Amino acid sequence: MIRPILVAALFILPVAALAADSARDAILADYATQAKKADVSFTAFSSQRGEALFRTKWAGGDPRTPSCTACHTDNPRNSGQNAKTGRTIDPVAVSANPKRFTNRDDVEKQFGRDCKSVLGRECSALEKGDYITFMAGQ
Amino acid sequence: MRRSVIALAVLMTWISPALAEDWVPPVTDPLVQKECGACHMAFQPAFLPARSWNRMMDELSDHFGEDASLPADKTQAIRAYLTANAGDVQMKGRAWKYMKWVSPGGTPQKITENPDFERKHRFADKVWKDPKVVTKSNCPACHRAADKGYYEDD
Repeated sequence: MIRPILVAALFILPVAALAADSARDAILADYATQAKKADVSFTAFSSQRGEALFRTKWAGGDPRTPSCTACHTDNPRNSGQNAKTGRTIDPVAVSANPKRFTNRDDVEKQFGRDCKSVLGRECSALEKGDYITFMAGQ
Repeated sequence: MRRSVIALAVLMTWISPALAEDWVPPVTDPLVQKECGACHMAFQPAFLPARSWNRMMDELSDHFGEDASLPADKTQAIRAYLTANAGDVQMKGRAWKYMKWVSPGGTPQKITENPDFERKHRFADKVWKDPKVVTKSNCPACHRAADKGYYEDD
């Protein structure tokens, strides 16, 4: 009885992970198209630029959230805490939270809110793609 | 006689959640849990009257200083749930005590400004400044079962 479940799990788990990865890839591909449209010299997203975005103190947004790290901590694999409401935030790093960046509407909604709060403006497609690329490698 | 006492005791433990002073009906709608719970705990609709929830859903673009806008279909579904389960509509658990303090036409937005809340939360500054708390609306920092509607003293 247990063996069929284990065998099924062996097949289903990688499939679920792959499905999440492909959903994330599709979102990244979409941002890549937009980034290319905004700047024809765009070639690829950069994990390094994503990390810089994550750690920079922007000073343009809400004083309670000068950087992404204000809520997500210096280590994106850790749980964070919303600096305004105190609510616990699940890790942003994909390794710690494989569901991250797999629902396009949720991703857009969150960037919309958080970029306004941290940077004081909207993020570009390039910035969003860089950020996801950084988090996917964390 | 003894048996009826035991039966009564059993009955009381069964129905006590509904009678409990520090209880309100929990949020059961998955969309409300997800969207209202995205940045803070999804507060139970029993704490405000329906007209307050209507105003809140009208003003999501400036939600306590945040832009919490949502697509119109989601806004409508959330509004319907919150108003149908509002404190002045359902009057369950603690709701009736909160509703007593709301003026007839008033549309309060902050649950933490209700006198019934204030009366139960007279703490020293250092309690509110605890890094786990951050703000008065962070119920689960102290009430561990707040999301289930239980606000007994933890």
